[in-house]
Amino acid sequence: MSDNATNTDTTALQTLLTALADDEFILGYRNSEWTGIAPMLEEDVAFSSMSQDEIGHARLLYQMLAELTGTPADRIAYAREPGEFLNCQLVERRKLDWAHAIARYFLYDTADHVRVESLTRSSYAPLANAMQKIVREEKYHLMHGDIWVKRLAGFSPDARERLTSALESLWPDALGMFEPLPGEAELVASGILPSATSDMQAEWLEQVAPYFESLGLPCPVERDASTGRYVPTVEPVYGGRRGEHTPELAELWEEMTSVYRLDPEAVW
Amino acid sequence: MRTIQQNVTEESVREALLDVMDPEIPNLSIVDLGIVRDVSVGEAEIEVELLPTFVGCPALEVMKESVVERLRELAPEHGINVKVTLEETWTTDRISERGRQVLKSSGFAPPLRMPQGKLNLMQLMPVAECPYCGSRRTVMDNAFGPTLCRAIYYCTSCRQPFEQFKQV
Repeated sequence: MSDNATNTDTTALQTLLTALADDEFILGYRNSEWTGIAPMLEEDVAFSSMSQDEIGHARLLYQMLAELTGTPADRIAYAREPGEFLNCQLVERRKLDWAHAIARYFLYDTADHVRVESLTRSSYAPLANAMQKIVREEKYHLMHGDIWVKRLAGFSPDARERLTSALESLWPDALGMFEPLPGEAELVASGILPSATSDMQAEWLEQVAPYFESLGLPCPVERDASTGRYVPTVEPVYGGRRGEHTPELAELWEEMTSVYRLDPEAVW
Repeated sequence: MRTIQQNVTEESVREALLDVMDPEIPNLSIVDLGIVRDVSVGEAEIEVELLPTFVGCPALEVMKESVVERLRELAPEHGINVKVTLEETWTTDRISERGRQVLKSSGFAPPLRMPQGKLNLMQLMPVAECPYCGSRRTVMDNAFGPTLCRAIYYCTSCRQPFEQFKQV
């Protein structure tokens, strides 16, 4: 326990760290499902590397939580029930379709970039330090996503059609990344969360709307006349930050924790 | 009364750490890699602070163990405490000039020097100098390679594939 985290906002801080870690952890697992079956060898390598990055980031955040709570990081990662996970539903979705994987990852990564960038200014020093490290690694993911979105958008009518329908189906889930966090007001007041989720969402949309527009790809937003900010024209999928999930998370959880549950006390 | 080991100094510790190699790039010492942030030698304990290169890099655990092993040899009477910190961000600019030469002679293109200040995507545009012929007529095949810190390139001048230590 240190820095600006006082006892009153410890619970909110834990919620924030859990949400961040679970997003990276679950997406890391989902992306690793492409190892060995991506459309080309280079993408087997790329998706495996990106998964390793995500799971590494999750591990760092779980360790931070472990220091706050005294519960070992492995137990936080593997011994919770699916309903205790606070990831957004975007990352738990399972569809082994390449355009879907690229669309999901690109939406996640661009939104996560805004979030990570903002958290480099967190008043909670361990988090700010970690984010300064992570922001540099994520650049390679963004570059990779940009190449693939443009490739699929311009390659063939079939590829473009698949990307378009994947984006259409994923946008509501993607907006769920910025579901307000329980205890958010406290986090913002203490500077642990430098910008509110609604502000981060507005900044994200400001960055990606012109990008999708220039490629003629779906981006369901409009400018709000009174604030001048982009607002979504579709209903975001909320619930993940309160532990509400699709059956796809329970399925993933079964598989991902199966070895841990064989013998939770085992030393590796 | 215990005798104090006169010969263990911060300098001798750093010297000894030159023998600890990055397990993923065998000729590159962790000192030249720039991950040794701080060394302090007390009467009973030696403390070493390391900076992780990539957060998800599994080699860090191996390097921590190697540091303990090497320093136990140097100073059997001392306790060895190796800490990992993120208080400072490791960037590829921390790789020493000797480290860059080692990379090059091992067939890795050294990372380009990073511009100061806030990064934008363009500054990460894939540029690498072929470690074999020095040409910049190279293309990136994959931003991801056999380890988190390496990308794969192809040199269109000497037609040789090679790896670059990614700049971060």
